[in-house]
Amino acid sequence: MKRKQTEFLLASGRKVFDLDHRKKLNFALKQADAAYKKGKQQFSDLETTKKIAKNIKWQAIENLHTYLEAFETNFNRNGGRVIWAEDTQQALDAILNVCRKNEAKSIVKSKSIVTEEIHLNQFLTKHHIEILETDLGEYIQQLDGEAPYHIVAPSLHKSKEDVAQLFHEKLNVPPDLSPEELTLVARNILRKKYAAAEIGITGINFILADIGGIAITENEGNAWLSASAPKIHIAITGIEKILPSVHDLNLFWPLLATHGSGQRTTVYNSIYTGPKKQDETDGPEEMYVILLDNRRSHLLADPAARESLYCIRCGACLNVCPVYKNIGGHTYGTTYSGPIGAVISPYLNDAAEYQHLSFASSLCGACTEVCPVHINLHNLLLNNRRNAVEQNLISASEQIGWKIWKKINQHRLLMNWPGGATKTFLVGKLFRQHWGIRRILPEFTHKTFNQFTKNKPDSK
Amino acid sequence: MKVQLFVPCFIDQIYPQTALNTIKVLEKAGCEVSYNPNQTCCGQPAYNAGYWDECRPVARKFLDDFNAPEYIVAPGGSCVGFVRNHYDKLFPDKNMSQNTTQKRMYELTEFLTEILHIDNMGASFPGTATYHDACGALRECGIKAPPRALLTNVQGLELIETDDCEVCCGFGGTFAVKYEFISSGMAEQKVQHAQKKGVEYIISTDHSCLLHLDGYIKKHLIPIKTAHIADVLASGW
Ligand code: SF4
Repeated sequence: MKRKQTEFLLASGRKVFDLDHRKKLNFALKQADAAYKKGKQQFSDLETTKKIAKNIKWQAIENLHTYLEAFETNFNRNGGRVIWAEDTQQALDAILNVCRKNEAKSIVKSKSIVTEEIHLNQFLTKHHIEILETDLGEYIQQLDGEAPYHIVAPSLHKSKEDVAQLFHEKLNVPPDLSPEELTLVARNILRKKYAAAEIGITGINFILADIGGIAITENEGNAWLSASAPKIHIAITGIEKILPSVHDLNLFWPLLATHGSGQRTTVYNSIYTGPKKQDETDGPEEMYVILLDNRRSHLLADPAARESLYCIRCGACLNVCPVYKNIGGHTYGTTYSGPIGAVISPYLNDAAEYQHLSFASSLCGACTEVCPVHINLHNLLLNNRRNAVEQNLISASEQIGWKIWKKINQHRLLMNWPGGATKTFLVGKLFRQHWGIRRILPEFTHKTFNQFTKNKPDSK
Repeated sequence: MKVQLFVPCFIDQIYPQTALNTIKVLEKAGCEVSYNPNQTCCGQPAYNAGYWDECRPVARKFLDDFNAPEYIVAPGGSCVGFVRNHYDKLFPDKNMSQNTTQKRMYELTEFLTEILHIDNMGASFPGTATYHDACGALRECGIKAPPRALLTNVQGLELIETDDCEVCCGFGGTFAVKYEFISSGMAEQKVQHAQKKGVEYIISTDHSCLLHLDGYIKKHLIPIKTAHIADVLASGW
């Protein structure tokens, strides 16, 4: 078993039976579920809406190069600059270059899972540049020195008491502040930083090809401040976030809001189309958009996995996943957790190291059911499993097991052999250890149903 | 009406009584039930584990064993969903649209309600129960109303819904042995939800889920029993 797989297995055991964790996660996800159920009522026909959305993303991804180049042309015309980054290093170097050119010492950043993917904070800190998270959830995680727990709700696993305690320890405030008071504490710290920062970094929810702009969705106004207060704005995203047209937001903004946070629309929805123009009074002087590949082209190149690029990172598949509900975000050991993370991680990284995640699913299909762009997630997990088998990433003993299974199931008489007691004994030998201590194994009956019937199978 | 019975492997090997009850129910519903004794498995276990090449000959055998033109009825949504939704992928060259097996195959409760238009089997089964939506039945076959309609008409049975009726029981085939902690954790919470409602039975269309839940229940000596819907519908007459 690979190291990562073993770590995952052990960590999952710790989390699943950590009842405090279970309680907190269940509480948070129950709220998310209730909000989603209410929010989705704004769609008179959600299924059709999802189909249309999938169709738009299909068109966008099938013609990805055309739309990305159109975006670049239009964004350049608006005075912005596009930076193409093939991998993590190129993205980091590009950001460092902009920092150096402008002698930047401090950066404010809004929520961006792509910056987690490239480990931007650690990189800039190493280069003595201060980078501060401005999304409240991200700020909490940064204070705690933890990666985000969820792609939409970074500190989902922390109760309000946990946050109060954390602020008390790290910021020297009284230990019993209410959520409102805690927000104020954070806001006061952050406000000062917006004014001082030379650069603001944001993520991107949608790249808009036709107008050469980017759309950012948020609830706190921190992305808007990060993008417009400092004199330089760097926005970074994976290449899959493309939409052909600004008009597509009619559909995608409410879809993202409902599936991400159960809202009809989020509080702030902004479109940025380049730096401040000559006749404008505010906005950044320079604006860069970094388009990151980082092996997304591997997903693009595989027709069987391509639709995973339709993802709008709403996080809904995490919220409904019974595996995520039990083990939480960190256990996955990946930037992207939950069903979508299990699907894309073997492509974005070394497949051998991450294929086990595709097997850590009961294939219940709740993810596929909820996905706003109809990504067939559990079928993509099946596809990954098949890849793992074809690439010989599975243990030899399992391979032999399936060969025997095939043999037995091709010959009815073998299925009736060798009697229930022996089967129970053999299955016990093979599986008892893996079945664990919390369940008992079933027992085979003396005769199969087949042996009860009067018709006899052909003796072949 | 003539129907062919497909017996899922769990039932064949562990719960043969449920297959007998399926025949009993179908016959009462006016069907002439035939059983091809050569049948084995639909192939799903290997497919789900990623072993498509191992799955294919078994699935091909299934197609051969069920090539008669009659409906195929199975007491289990998981196999039905697999044949319906995945055989096309398994046999991309073979024109599956020429083959009617996928369209002829039905899970027992959907067959009773949607094809035969029967929602009362005249059964009686005293007790309180909750219905667990097996993932294969619910999401692969879209079966939500049929079992509930049938169970509502079972005399003496009080059906109590839980909030998590659609949440997976944690079985998932090889998942249950590869990731025993997550799998057992899911079973635990499923059973706890039923316990909270104080029901005596958990009823479902699929023995794979029930087998899993029963393993947890028996280990922890919890006073809940599992029951396959075919066994419930065959009770009391
Ligand atoms: S896969 Fe679908 S449900 Fe999951 S995060 Fe992406 S868009 Fe949302």
